[in-house]
Amino acid sequence: MYKYDEIDQAIVDERVAQYENQLSRYLNQELTDEEFRPLRLQNGLYIQRHAPMLRIAIPYGLLSSKQLKKLAEIADKYDRGYGHFSTRQNLQLNWPKLEDTPDILRELASVQMHAIQTSGNCVRNITTDQFSGITPDEIIDPRHIAEIMRQWSTFHPEFALLPRKFKIAVTGSSKDRALVQAHDIGLEFYLDEQKQIVVKVWVGGGLGRTPILGSVINERLEWQHILTYCEAILRVYNLYGRRDNSFKARIKILVKALGIEKFKTLVEEEWQYIKDGPNTITESELQRVKAFFSEPAYESNIISNLEAYQNDKAFSQWLTRCTHKHKKQGYRAVTLSLKPTHTAPGDATSEQMRAVASMADEYSFGEIRVSHEQNLILADVREDNLRELWKKAKDLNLATPNVGLLTDIICCPGGDFCSLANAKSIPIAESIQAVFDDMDYLHDIGDINLNISGCMNACGHHHVGHIGILGVDKNDSEWYQVTLGGNQGNFASIGKVIGPSFSAAQMPEVIRKIISVFTTVRHDDELFIDCVHRVGLEPFKDLIYLGEEH
Amino acid sequence: MNSQLVLHDKIQDDAWQVIELPAIEVEIKKQAGKIVQFKLTGEDFPTQKQIEDTVVPEKGHLILPLKVFLHHKKALDQRLKLGEIAIWIYTHEEIEKNLDNGDSLNQFPLIAIKTEKFADGRIFSIAARIRNKFHFKNDLRAMGDVLKDQLYFLKRVGFSSYMIRADRNVNDAISSLKDFSDPYQGAYDLKEPVWRRKNR
Ligand code: SF4
Repeated sequence: MYKYDEIDQAIVDERVAQYENQLSRYLNQELTDEEFRPLRLQNGLYIQRHAPMLRIAIPYGLLSSKQLKKLAEIADKYDRGYGHFSTRQNLQLNWPKLEDTPDILRELASVQMHAIQTSGNCVRNITTDQFSGITPDEIIDPRHIAEIMRQWSTFHPEFALLPRKFKIAVTGSSKDRALVQAHDIGLEFYLDEQKQIVVKVWVGGGLGRTPILGSVINERLEWQHILTYCEAILRVYNLYGRRDNSFKARIKILVKALGIEKFKTLVEEEWQYIKDGPNTITESELQRVKAFFSEPAYESNIISNLEAYQNDKAFSQWLTRCTHKHKKQGYRAVTLSLKPTHTAPGDATSEQMRAVASMADEYSFGEIRVSHEQNLILADVREDNLRELWKKAKDLNLATPNVGLLTDIICCPGGDFCSLANAKSIPIAESIQAVFDDMDYLHDIGDINLNISGCMNACGHHHVGHIGILGVDKNDSEWYQVTLGGNQGNFASIGKVIGPSFSAAQMPEVIRKIISVFTTVRHDDELFIDCVHRVGLEPFKDLIYLGEEH
Repeated sequence: MNSQLVLHDKIQDDAWQVIELPAIEVEIKKQAGKIVQFKLTGEDFPTQKQIEDTVVPEKGHLILPLKVFLHHKKALDQRLKLGEIAIWIYTHEEIEKNLDNGDSLNQFPLIAIKTEKFADGRIFSIAARIRNKFHFKNDLRAMGDVLKDQLYFLKRVGFSSYMIRADRNVNDAISSLKDFSDPYQGAYDLKEPVWRRKNR
C-alpha cells in the first residue's frame, strides 16, 4: 500500500497544527460557531447528539495492521472502546472529547492517517472496489489513480468550500462494486480497442433526497487527463451550483437543471484552457505510485485442503458467503462480517480490531480492507489457512456467514448518534437480524441487500438496497418507509416506495412478509432482485397492506 | 500600522478607496423555512438606481463596483489610463459577461472580489478563472468576509492581496499564508504538482 514520504508526512503534521490553532481560537471565542463549523467539518468533526463524532479517513478502504492497531488504541484511550466502519470506508468515533481531537489527530498522523476532508462541502475520501488488485475480473487496479487523486484533492485550494459535499468513486473492474453511478463523479477505467487505458466519466449521480444515477459526460477520456478534467467539472459546479438551498446544492441538481449536454459544453470550455496543463498526470508519476501497490510475495503450489471439509456445513456456508475468488491460484479474499446479530452493523470493538490486525499479519501480508458494505476484508489468504482463520474469526464473532445475505444489513448510525436523523436505524437492523437467525433459511433465500438510512441524507444508501428502509418523521414520531427493487453495480436502479410507512415495531413483520411473497413467487433459484423486477411491487403490496387501500 | 490589508505577504497601508453601493431594501426570500443566504450567479444586480446613486469621487485611486464603472466608463477613460481606477465584483457576478470582448482585464491595476460569506467558495474559482483564462497579471484582491482560514487557499488560486475583516487580527491572520509548506497539486502560485517539483 501507499507509504508516506516526508512531503506527505509534512502535510498531515501541518494539518494537525493548523487544526489545533483553529480549535483553540474557537474555544477562546475568536471564531463563532458558524465560522468554526466548516473548519471542523473539513476535519471530520461533527457535533452530534451526545458528543462530537470524529470521522477518520481510510483512503480507498486500505489499512495496514499497524494502523488498525492504532485505531484500536485510540478507541480505547479517547472513546468507549469501539468504532463504527461507515459506508464510505471511513471509521467513525462516536464519543471523543472536543479537547482531545488534536491529540487524536496527532496519533493518527504518527501512522500516516488523518481526518482530512472526511466531511464538509469539499471533495471527500475517494472510494473504490474493496477487491482492487486481487479480483479476477479486474482490468485496471483503481488504487493507483485513487491515490493520485487523493493527493490532488487534499487541500485543493479551489474546492475547499463547494456548494455541497462531493464524492468521487473509481472502479477498474467489469463488475462495478464501487457504485460509480451513484457518485458526484464516477470513473470507470477500461481498455479501448488499442489496449490504451481510458476512462468513462459519469457525473451527477447521488443518493440522498433526490436519488439520481449519474450521466455519462465522457465516454473515453485518456487517463492522463483525469485531474484536469475533474477540475473543470468541479469549477463549473463551484461557480454555478446552487448555494441558496442546501437540498438543491449537489452537482446532480445542476446537471439535471442544465441537462447533460449543456453541462458538458461548460465543462469542455473550462477544460480547454487547463487541459495538458501541469496537473496532467505523467507516466512516471503513475509508475511511482503503482510501485506501492505491487503484488505481495505470493506462494505458488499451495495445496488446497478445502475438500476435506466438504461435509462441515457451517464451514462450507462461511466459505460460500465470506470468501471470494482471487486472481492468484491458491488464494482467496476473506470477508470478516461486522454484521452479527445484536450489534450495530459496522461496529467493531477495539479487541476485534486488534485481533483482525493480528490475523492480517499472520494470514494476509499485514493489510486489511474496509468495504462500503461495512465489513472488513483480508484480501490475500492462502486456502490452506482458511480453516484456521475461520475458527479464530468465529471466536471473535466475525464469521457470521451472512455476507450478501439479508442480515448483512447496511445501516447508518441513525437516531442513536446522528443529529440529522428522523428515526433510529440500528434497532431496526437488530430487530430484523433477530427474526432471521436461521442461517440455512438465509442461504436458501440467497443474495438480498437490505439498506437502512435514518433520514433523507441516505448514508445507508437505502435507494440502492434491494430492500430499502428510510426513517421518516411523522408528527414527531419515527416511521419507516420501505422501497423495493433498488440495485447497485452495473445494473444500478433506484428502489420504489411500496406505500405508507410503518412503525418500528411493524418492521420485522414487514420484512418477513416481503420474504414470504418472494419465496412464493420465486422461480427456482431466482435472485430476490430479479424476482422483484419481474413481478413488480403489486404482490408485495397485496400481502403487506392486506385489507387496506393502497 | 492600522491597516487590515495584506499585500505581498505584508501588512501595508491601502492606497485604494473602495466605493460601496448604496444600500437598498432587499427582499428576504424564504425557502423551506430557511432564509436564502446566497445570490445565484448571473442575477441581475445591482439595480439601476443603485448604480446611478453611487457617487464617484473626483480624485484618488478608486475601486468601483463593476457596473458603476461601466456606467461611467467614458468619463473615467483618462483616469483609467492613469491607473487610478480599479473594479470590484461580488461572487455572484460574472465579470466576463459584463465586459466587451476587446476589454482586457489587464487595463485594471487591481480587481477585487468580495465574498459575503466565508462559506462561499466561488471566490476561489472566480480567481482561478481570472488568472488562468483571462490572464490577469495585476493585483487580485479578496475582500468581504475574509478570515485567516481562507488565506492559504486564496493565495494558491491567485490572489495577491487580502483585506482582512475589520474585527479580526491581521497579524494573526497573515501567518496562515504559510500553513502548508509543500502542497500536492499545481495551482496558480505553484504551477506544478509536487511530483513535478520534487524528485519523490
Ligand atoms: S442517513 Fe441521516 S440519520 Fe443516517 S447517518 Fe446520514 S444523516 Fe444521519
